[in-house]
Amino acid sequence: MNINQFIALAPLTALAGTAIAVMIGIAAWRNFVLSCAIAAVGIVLSLAALGSVWPGTPVQASPLMLIDVYALFYIALLLSAGLAVLGFCYDYFKDRDGENEELPLLLLTALLGASVLAASTHFASFFIGLELLSISLFVLIGYPLNQAQALEAAIKYLILSGVSSAFLLMGIALIYAQSGELYFRGIEGYIASRDDINAMVFSGVLLVMAGLGFKLSLIPFHLWTPDVYQGAPAPISGFIATVSKGAVFVLLLRYFVSTDSYAYTPLLNVFSVMAALSILGGNLLALLQNNVKRLLAYSSIAHMGYLLVAFIAGGSVSSVLIVEPVAFYLLAYFITTIGAFGVVSVLSSPQAEADDLAFYRGLFWRRPWLAAIFTLMLLSLAGIPLTVGFIGKFYIFTGAADGGLWGLLLAVIVGSGLGLYYYLRIIVVMSMDAETVKTGFTQDWLSNVLLTVLTILLVWLGIYPSLLVNIIQSVSYDGMA
Amino acid sequence: MILFLLICLLQLGAFIAWFFGCWRPGAPRWVAIVVLTLEALLLIFPYRAVESIGSLPSAWFGYFYVPWIPRFGIEFYLAMDGFSLLLITLTVVLGFIAVSSSWAEIKHRQGFFYFNLLSCLAGTVGVFMAIDLFLFFFFWELMIIPMYFLISIWGHEDRTYAAIKFFIFTQVSSLLMLLAIVALVLIHREATGVYSFGYFELLNTGLSPEAAFWLMLGFFIAFTVKLPALPFHTWLPDAHTQAPTGGSVILAGVMLKTGAYGLLRFVVPLFPDAAHQFAPVAMAMGAIGVLYAAVMAFAQSDLKRLIAYTSVSHMGFILIGVFSWNGAALQGAVITMLAHGVSAAALFMIAGILQKRLHTREIGNMGGLWSVVPGLSAVTLFFALASLGLPGLGNFIGEFLVLQGAFGVNRILTAAAALVLVLSPLYALGMMQKGFYGPCSRHDFLPGFNRREWATLGLLVFISVWLGLSPQAVLNVSAPAMQSAMEVAER
Repeated sequence: MNINQFIALAPLTALAGTAIAVMIGIAAWRNFVLSCAIAAVGIVLSLAALGSVWPGTPVQASPLMLIDVYALFYIALLLSAGLAVLGFCYDYFKDRDGENEELPLLLLTALLGASVLAASTHFASFFIGLELLSISLFVLIGYPLNQAQALEAAIKYLILSGVSSAFLLMGIALIYAQSGELYFRGIEGYIASRDDINAMVFSGVLLVMAGLGFKLSLIPFHLWTPDVYQGAPAPISGFIATVSKGAVFVLLLRYFVSTDSYAYTPLLNVFSVMAALSILGGNLLALLQNNVKRLLAYSSIAHMGYLLVAFIAGGSVSSVLIVEPVAFYLLAYFITTIGAFGVVSVLSSPQAEADDLAFYRGLFWRRPWLAAIFTLMLLSLAGIPLTVGFIGKFYIFTGAADGGLWGLLLAVIVGSGLGLYYYLRIIVVMSMDAETVKTGFTQDWLSNVLLTVLTILLVWLGIYPSLLVNIIQSVSYDGMA
Repeated sequence: MILFLLICLLQLGAFIAWFFGCWRPGAPRWVAIVVLTLEALLLIFPYRAVESIGSLPSAWFGYFYVPWIPRFGIEFYLAMDGFSLLLITLTVVLGFIAVSSSWAEIKHRQGFFYFNLLSCLAGTVGVFMAIDLFLFFFFWELMIIPMYFLISIWGHEDRTYAAIKFFIFTQVSSLLMLLAIVALVLIHREATGVYSFGYFELLNTGLSPEAAFWLMLGFFIAFTVKLPALPFHTWLPDAHTQAPTGGSVILAGVMLKTGAYGLLRFVVPLFPDAAHQFAPVAMAMGAIGVLYAAVMAFAQSDLKRLIAYTSVSHMGFILIGVFSWNGAALQGAVITMLAHGVSAAALFMIAGILQKRLHTREIGNMGGLWSVVPGLSAVTLFFALASLGLPGLGNFIGEFLVLQGAFGVNRILTAAAALVLVLSPLYALGMMQKGFYGPCSRHDFLPGFNRREWATLGLLVFISVWLGLSPQAVLNVSAPAMQSAMEVAER
């Protein structure tokens, strides 16, 4: 490992270093504000390191990790999302009695795991990153210890996550047994050298997909999603919905493109079924939900389905063309989902989650700005113009139409129609008249700033996406070529 | 630049109205009036341009062009011809009517109400001018959201259901259109190598008959849902009935016309051959819609629902007119759009006035109103007659031209559609008979129109008569646009 490779890993080392700093800080002086501040500074430092590493890419830092623009772009996205979630967590937990100081630490380790995933080109780093992420998440979900729902969610996540890891390992083992390779490029060489589809590798990829499908909560691996989202503290639900899913999806895409697994066309049929099921099932199950967090959980299942549609299109067009829609859609999904969960978390406290729909009645007239922001987030999730969600959906449409996936596109349209119903239902409830209940809410200035930034991004990128499109284009062409 | 200002002014006015609403509850409606007046003044400029159009080779005057998303060749591209100019004028006029009919009706949250009303108008004006397909879709969606809020917040008893139904119908159908747009652009890219959403570029895309048919269907469904034509019309009676009066006026008067506009501007010129083959089906849908909706209107007991069904009936004529695709029929469709906009807006306004005074929309609960409020009843009779197509009023000209143009294309369907001339007096006069004649049982004292209402309805009466007596002035404005559309489709 030479000095260049070491420097290229600076964003990751910065994160790891910050985690240690937070740990030492807690040992010296328990203070929630201090821990959050250290964590925030660490994330910002890591982002700054990203910027300085960018010009020298790509660097293959050991066989485990490739630091290219693709990885850096997504690490930046994940870190920014982590920063936003940290802000929401601060407001959410600051009034809670008890020991909150480990929360930023766990967020940092989860982010480290996610960043490793985004950069990994080897099954070993892949698995380490995934486990780092999952184990941190498990503690984060159960962080409000004295609450039954949170604990239930944490246990559920732990057990199912363990099972899915087992699937994943089995899949890796099968692939390794046949090809003798754990390095993605090596697997590519193996696949390229065979004309026919190898049954062992095929089943291996299927098992890997089952393990990842759990993390992405694709139907039929989705059963944990609503319970965990409901039980976890609101900002952490947002974190699971974005960082955890995003990092896994980034890895999945990299695996498929760099090993050329698209050559295994039967796989795409399996994915198509999963995508269609996720879109239709997620939206259908959300229809009758009266719990906003469960509703957002089901909607996130559907959104992963949309994303998978763009991913599948990589089978019929050049895979470089697929990186672009996926990147944009992920970014749109991040902004919107963090914003939506941010609103929920502003309204919630560790004692009482604001997840019942009745709680939102008349929100428009009680807290107009918050309701307006939530409305914009929901419209963006529904893919209505003026919001970034629309441009994202437009990207999915172009990608899938390019690949000729008309059946899946039809599923997307039907799913969007169903989706409108439940998004609009929340908006309707918010606009209903309600006797003004004076709730003594605290002024969460940090959350308000974050929500404002997210809303500005949402509208700005919805109206004028060119700037971002240019960046993403350079990422996808330089990164994956 | 004027074109951009037309949209900007309305949207800016919307924000100002909202802002003033927080400050003083009565202010937003005045803001709306001022904004609409300025908008009307702005419209003088394009009318000046119409007079000088004779020498220009193209029917288009006025462009506004800014690159928007170069990655996909998307441009912020507005243009205007006589057809869009007429519809924008209609939008502005009905904007006044909507403000007037909301003047006393809307008491709660006026700021947000007028914000939605003006944004809705801004979106509609955008739809009529956008000449980039992506931009068109953008505005197409943008006008739906404020309308959704208008219905779901200020509507009547069943508003939530109606609003969500309205939104889902239009949204799902418009996603089909988006799909068709994207597919068309991709086909165009394959042929030329560049992305472009521009209308003029896409006009000459070479399409296989099969592709053309499916793409045409995507557009066609989106527009016929909005129009609405028969199998897709069920959202309309609900939405119209539940919307506040101002919302109904905009919905019936302007928003339905966006569907007709889309058919005329996009479906036929972009896919002339497919549209030609599809014409018998489309015309049959139109004819069945005309008759079916007339019968349904006759069966309604709710005044607003009745008017809503008459709208469906009139829109059937437009569908027939557009797919006949000859000069007379197209001009007839244009006149029908304008005349129906005026008469439906007036009828909805009257229904709103009656509901405010009687607290009912049931015709059965009215009865004998003529003896109590003769002025109001006379105006109602006027617009009922306009709606049934009395010669001398605008609707007659439109329907006559459509039937005349369509007769050469498809005699059987035209003859069938013409039967509505028997059916429409049934519902129009039936409504008058049940609601306004006979002995007055329940209402001893009712206030008639006040000055604002007289002024508003007087304006509409005037426009209706003017359209009926001298349609040539309007026909002259739209003629070059129709001419060039027909030339485009023949190429």
